Amino acid sequence: MTATGSPGNPNPNLSKPMLVHHFLRALARVNRAAPKQSHARRSRRIRCAAYASMAAAAGPGRRWSRVLLRRLRSSPSSHRRRISVRVARPPRIATASSRVETLRRLVPGGRSLGYCSLLEETADYVRWLDAQVQLMQSLVDFFSS
Amino acid sequence: MSSRGRSRITDDEINELISKLQSLLPESRRRNIDRASASKLLKETCSYIKSLHREVDDLSDRLSGLMATMDDNSPQAEIIRSLLRS
Repeated sequence: MTATGSPGNPNPNLSKPMLVHHFLRALARVNRAAPKQSHARRSRRIRCAAYASMAAAAGPGRRWSRVLLRRLRSSPSSHRRRISVRVARPPRIATASSRVETLRRLVPGGRSLGYCSLLEETADYVRWLDAQVQLMQSLVDFFSS
Repeated sequence: MSSRGRSRITDDEINELISKLQSLLPESRRRNIDRASASKLLKETCSYIKSLHREVDDLSDRLSGLMATMDDNSPQAEIIRSLLRS
């Protein structure tokens, strides 16, 4: 499998082997750290490992990957997805700008980016996120066979 | 929105980025955008990212369950063990 720029992988910067390498290593670490940990705990650690290895494979050239690496390295045990508390509000029309705000929250580091940079970061983030999901699905299929 | 000190972004550049984003959505979601509408595209992109995040959660859960079986004597457990040996 060629690493970059092959016909099945039009993005020259997305390296699937690097993704596999980082994620498998992270999974082995999760297992070594506490072999008898609870399912919930291991599940959380695997989730963190997914984002951390995705960011590591992407490298520090992107805002989203730098933000994720910083977040996950500093306090790996406390990395939680922000749970938004829905306060009852009158229904409002979703404007283009409110959707941009949602996008800013979804893409790591998106808050302080200009519109153009935000779209570029989004495109890159989605590509890598997609590849990570495919990898995890392949592993689940492989382990379940 | 913070200014990055760049020259003004042209409509062409925005359109190019929009179509780049559009090409990332899977076919089933692209159908939801009948015209090149930036607003719809943003909506679909946000929805897609959220579903990817949920998939990461779900797949992490499933991997966790599979890794719990690592100490078994089954062939699957051996596969998992060998792949995670480092």
